Amino acid sequence: MTQWTLFGMEETKPQLIKITFDGIEVEVAPGTTIMEAARKIAEADESQAALVPPAMCYYKPLPTSGGKCRACLVKVAQGSAKDPRPMPKLIPSCITQVQEGMVVENITNQGVLDTRKSIVEFLLINHPLDCPICDQAGECHLQDFAFEHGSAKTRYEEDRRTFDKIDIGPHIQLHMTRCILCYRCVYTADQITDKRVHGVMNRGDASEISTYIEKAIDNDFSGNVIDVCPVGALTDKTYRFKNRVWFTKPEDAHRDCDKCCGKTTLWYRGDEVIRVTARKNTWGEVNDFICNTCRFEKKKTTDWVLEGPTKVKRSSVISANKYRADLIKKPDFALKLAATQFKPIDDTRDYVTDQETIRHQSIEDNDKANHRSLAAKNN
Amino acid sequence: MAKKILTEYINVPGIETFDAYRKQGGYTAAEKALKTMTPDEVVEEAKKSGVRGRGGAGFPMGMKWGFLAKPEGVPRYLVCNADESEPGTFKDHYLMKSIPHLLIEGMIIGSYALGAKKSFIYVRGELMYVIHILEKAIAEATAQGFLGKNILGTGYDLELVVQPGGGAYICGEETALLESLEGKRGNPRNKPPFPAVKGLYQSPTVVNNVESIANMPWIINNGSDAYAAIGIGRSTGTKLISASGHIQKPGVYEIELGVSVEEFLNSDEYCGGVRKGHHLKALVAGGSSVPILPANLIMKTANGEDRLMSYESLSDGGFATGTMLGSGGFIVFDETACIVRNTWNFARFYHHESCGQCSPCREGTGWMEKVLHRIEHGHGSMHDVDLLVDISKKIEGNTICPLGDAAAWPVASAIRHFRDEFIWHITNPYEASQPGAVYQGEMALV
Repeated sequence: MTQWTLFGMEETKPQLIKITFDGIEVEVAPGTTIMEAARKIAEADESQAALVPPAMCYYKPLPTSGGKCRACLVKVAQGSAKDPRPMPKLIPSCITQVQEGMVVENITNQGVLDTRKSIVEFLLINHPLDCPICDQAGECHLQDFAFEHGSAKTRYEEDRRTFDKIDIGPHIQLHMTRCILCYRCVYTADQITDKRVHGVMNRGDASEISTYIEKAIDNDFSGNVIDVCPVGALTDKTYRFKNRVWFTKPEDAHRDCDKCCGKTTLWYRGDEVIRVTARKNTWGEVNDFICNTCRFEKKKTTDWVLEGPTKVKRSSVISANKYRADLIKKPDFALKLAATQFKPIDDTRDYVTDQETIRHQSIEDNDKANHRSLAAKNN
Repeated sequence: MAKKILTEYINVPGIETFDAYRKQGGYTAAEKALKTMTPDEVVEEAKKSGVRGRGGAGFPMGMKWGFLAKPEGVPRYLVCNADESEPGTFKDHYLMKSIPHLLIEGMIIGSYALGAKKSFIYVRGELMYVIHILEKAIAEATAQGFLGKNILGTGYDLELVVQPGGGAYICGEETALLESLEGKRGNPRNKPPFPAVKGLYQSPTVVNNVESIANMPWIINNGSDAYAAIGIGRSTGTKLISASGHIQKPGVYEIELGVSVEEFLNSDEYCGGVRKGHHLKALVAGGSSVPILPANLIMKTANGEDRLMSYESLSDGGFATGTMLGSGGFIVFDETACIVRNTWNFARFYHHESCGQCSPCREGTGWMEKVLHRIEHGHGSMHDVDLLVDISKKIEGNTICPLGDAAAWPVASAIRHFRDEFIWHITNPYEASQPGAVYQGEMALV
């Protein structure tokens, strides 16, 4: 129980709050969020891991993170024992604190699942879906989220937004095109430096993670933005394109570091260390940040004291057969197409069949195009 | 003539100066409040008057003041939201540039009621000349002893600061405004905690619209009962309406809440009717964010009652057949206006102004704009209409702040009431993409 009590509340033995999450009762300390209550259920019983709401922007070790991606929206069917009215809107579970007698519906509510599906769709609108060449593939939270809740088809037909790649310091590369604007790296930068050198510029879907005036984050802990990034927007330049995650073997290791805790995970290909990261917990979160020296420079086994293979639990393809063939529902494209596209559509448009008209129109169009290109040349 | 509260003296020459304003009975309410009333009594007056927030949501102002947390030793703030940037709304701009002392007097009364020692007026950055007018007025009021230390010898101190915004629509959302005021990026905050508990600099804060605050001097002078007697039902007092579009006399009008829409649109006292030779097609009653209604539904509710300019009557019928009073941006469309083009224009605005914090709004507004652009320019297909409805449903209610809802409602309502026109655009792509092309078919009924 100590794990879930808040700062110094152990002495006072606070009254625990009882809530019902997807029909499962759980007792948590006051001030706990719904998300943490759900994680508590899953930690007590691993078979319940599926009912934890997905978190794309929420990151427990980073205070004030969360509430932005809306992936973790849940239905509160009963606000509290005192005020049993349901909440009118879906609420973000990562920042909403529990109340005594709260009843929360997550995967048991179809509306929540539908919303989650639409959130995947929104997040993927401007995502390049370049997983085949992305270093994050295999340990990408967006990949997992899309696999669990998304649909196999897109309804988006327009161009996606693109950005040029930017180097943030000598070791980190920012590929903004892949970014889902979760703000985790911004909060990390806020923690490691008191200067505001890293933030978001522009607005709306043109928003851009950026270091102000291309200024590199000059800090020993800047490498941690790579670990907190849920997608492949921030990548390790010493590791880029070296290997696929699922071909590497993670080993826990530590070293005496005068700057950080020195507890890391080494990623081996054969007997070569090709990457060093901080240790992630069950929820893909780093509790102990590591310094840039450990991350980028110590790439020999002799630098480290090995502790044994990392236990990989959840949300990763390197865990046992996450995308196992029989778990994937085969898309019945033929049936779906028949059901959606070939139903009788009330389309009463008049098709132009007169060849002469078509010819005239195409001549007109060509003339316009020629005129435009001439005008462009002259300018 | 209808009762005028805010604009009664607006045409007096030189009313923007302290002397002229004082001559018309200005600052008597501030004197009365500070010298004869306790802060709680002022809050009570605001509550009894029933004045509702004029910024769009229509939340009772007195209740909002009552919610303010009052912990010991923590400063409290009153912030005036003058970041008016909704398309179709320009009332605060007019009020501030014409009669700045009315707002300042309201701010003195409000700050006194809430116990704020420092108050802010957050004006949108484009209105720089209004900021100069306000600053000049504040300097005059300070020189006359109505602001600064020990106001009128009552021992109450108040500093009033005018802060220019960066010109972002999102900063009109109260928590984004507070972030911007603190010098940060104007992203809305997650609620709770509400500003009444943790607002500006983590202190209890009340954010009010210009027009709401400007009502306070009249309420203090004439009593809350007199104010509550104006208007209809729970919509008390008067409201500034910014009328624009295809009408004879566009401009800002002060109306008593409860005037019928028909009277407001057609009487010579107000808009003077739709421009000559044309007839009403559609109407947006409360700024671009509220649902658009076709001519038949805006004049009469679905039950056949006359539609009135009040919070309740306009929202009669919910979103199926009703709309909202919002911030009072009265935009009139005659039959030459293309609804698809207009909806695209609104969607483009919300796409441009979305802050980009939460995913449904950031991606959804851009998507809607692109689909509408496609339909308007003759590249749409039949399933695009349902796609738009679906996107708007997915955005609505799932975002941090109301901008997502505001982006979704105009699109959803335009399709609900003018689906024929969208379909005409899709089935006649060549005609529809011509400049000035408008659907001339039968008007959509419900």
